[in-house]
Amino acid sequence: MNDLFNSFMSGPDENGRFGKFGGRFVSETLMPLILDLEAEYEKAKTDDSFWAEMDDLWKHYVGRPSPLYFAPRLTGALGGAKIYLKRDELNHTGAHKINNVLGQILLARRMGKTRIIAETGAGQHGVATATVCARFGLKCIVYMGAHDVERQAPNVFRMKLLGAEVISVTSGRGTLKDAMNDALRDWVTNVRDTFYCIGTVAGPHPYPAMVRDFQSIIGKEAKEQLQEQEGRLPDTLIAAIGGGSNAMGLFYPFLDDTDVNIIGVEAGGKGVNAKMEHCASLTGGRPGVLHGNRTYLLQDDDGQILEGFSISAGLDYPGIGPEHSWLHDIGRAQYVSITDKEALEAFQFCCEQEGIIPALEPSHALAHVMKIAPELPKDHIIIMNMCGRGDKDIFTVAKALGIEMNDGD
Amino acid sequence: MTRIDQKFSELRKAGKKAFVTYVMAGDPNYETSLEIVKGLPAAGVDVIELGIPFTDPMADGPTIQFAGQRALAAGMTLERTLQLARDFRKTDNETPIVLMGYYNPIYNRGVDKFLVDAKAAGIDGMIVVDLPPEEDGELCIPAQAAGMNFIRLATPTTDDKRLPKVLQNTSGFVYYVSITGITGAAEAEAANVGPEVARIKAKTDLPVIVGFGINTPEKSEAIARIADGAVVGSAIVKRIGDGDSPADVLAFIKSLADGAHRA
Repeated sequence: MNDLFNSFMSGPDENGRFGKFGGRFVSETLMPLILDLEAEYEKAKTDDSFWAEMDDLWKHYVGRPSPLYFAPRLTGALGGAKIYLKRDELNHTGAHKINNVLGQILLARRMGKTRIIAETGAGQHGVATATVCARFGLKCIVYMGAHDVERQAPNVFRMKLLGAEVISVTSGRGTLKDAMNDALRDWVTNVRDTFYCIGTVAGPHPYPAMVRDFQSIIGKEAKEQLQEQEGRLPDTLIAAIGGGSNAMGLFYPFLDDTDVNIIGVEAGGKGVNAKMEHCASLTGGRPGVLHGNRTYLLQDDDGQILEGFSISAGLDYPGIGPEHSWLHDIGRAQYVSITDKEALEAFQFCCEQEGIIPALEPSHALAHVMKIAPELPKDHIIIMNMCGRGDKDIFTVAKALGIEMNDGD
Repeated sequence: MTRIDQKFSELRKAGKKAFVTYVMAGDPNYETSLEIVKGLPAAGVDVIELGIPFTDPMADGPTIQFAGQRALAAGMTLERTLQLARDFRKTDNETPIVLMGYYNPIYNRGVDKFLVDAKAAGIDGMIVVDLPPEEDGELCIPAQAAGMNFIRLATPTTDDKRLPKVLQNTSGFVYYVSITGITGAAEAEAANVGPEVARIKAKTDLPVIVGFGINTPEKSEAIARIADGAVVGSAIVKRIGDGDSPADVLAFIKSLADGAHRA
């Protein structure tokens, strides 16, 4: 058992705080709703029948456990550390997002909610939510920034095929942040029948803890799988971070294994510089309050929120989950950034070396693996979270590489 | 005693209902906004709510979102919002001013510095939408210690069990949000709101003012009749956004104020 007084895994406290981060910064209209949700989640957490239903769906509907795959050619080409990929891109719907959505939809059903709303950036969370809603016959409305609707057209069509209504959000610059604002506006209007299914480890308490718990299946499996394959813990964990749910899912079960290095990779866009053309909240932001929680944010001198910039729609968010902010401040995890250019190179390298087309999000994590692996000894083990597959990104990548594609190709 | 407490005490003595307006500071620009704010007392406004522009106003509908965007585009900041209050105070030291907005610009400035500066600028109270009672330690308690009112929103989802918690550290007045939803979206119905106001008044001696969904002199009168006063925001902000002259905006406000004062 972990010593609760010296554990990194005991957060959040009863006020939803991880240190000074987190909290419940929402309007009064929503406050009773998030208290209800917290009570329902606390009940479900210790209810064996809830987890039995989750396990069954994870196994037969999502395809868990996802493999922990030793990547021989990446390892050989980089010439240093042994690289393992946690293959969450093989999940149904092609990313880690569905791990969390299943949990929230089961909760929504327990609470008698019939209308599900979600925000989405790259569209992966929207597709996962639309999928599980179809599976359970629930009405689904997905808010998506107009800019993202344009650059993630295949996912928009997928959501529609799955029966969801996709609302294109034009406020702000039309990205994930603005979609989340409009989802909150919907929720505050439709308080009786609506469940807000948040896609990342951010938002008011209990969302950051709840989403982390649902995503922790990634880290739990990885820990067992590496034990089977190597008989020990990894030396380093690496995952990409937008809001930070895939990373939190991988990291959380290892937080008290203090010999394990933990590295989160933020989207550096065109470079973390004064022009703010990036989404690196921890590297280039400072603490503030947005979307229900206190966390690191990209903001100007007046506390106005800045629009992030990244080639990856899934990382294009000016904040980050509050638990990451806390892990950053106490030094338990290290956070770095990777530029669009580096991520694109990693994307291509992975396709060529392993026959895996990664999403642009984990391509950021892989780019950092490529930076550090060559300098590490051959017995050093890295687990990288391959949190999504890249089919959705091929148009973006083609455009960035200056290749023209049309429907006839 | 703040100017807010003073004002409500006077209204109570005179047997009058309060008329409260919301305008976004610096919308569409500093000078026009100041001209409108300066004209509010003569138009019959008892309490001025001054919106602090913010990029992500999660509880507001498009009308107030756009107002914030216009103000920010014209260079408005929290500092300039305080400056607008200072400029107003040069000619009016009686009308209460309540700042209304979201927490991040205040947190970013630093709560202690903000409170000192706001007090010095002649601010009497504040409504911060994303600070529920659960976060009272952030700003509510320090603001009251600094001699300003912290005005809380009560909503249709605030049930009897939760109401005491919402009222506990509220001062100045209670702002009852007449609908579940965002500003400017739906219409308030006096028939539905009346019992809710009575429910709140049974638990507090503070005045209960109703806002959200009030957009005509008739509605202003009907709502003021069943509460201690009415707030109008989006309907006014929309006219400012449409480019109405300050004189036309103030004439519209006067018609709303007359409605409330007839009640």
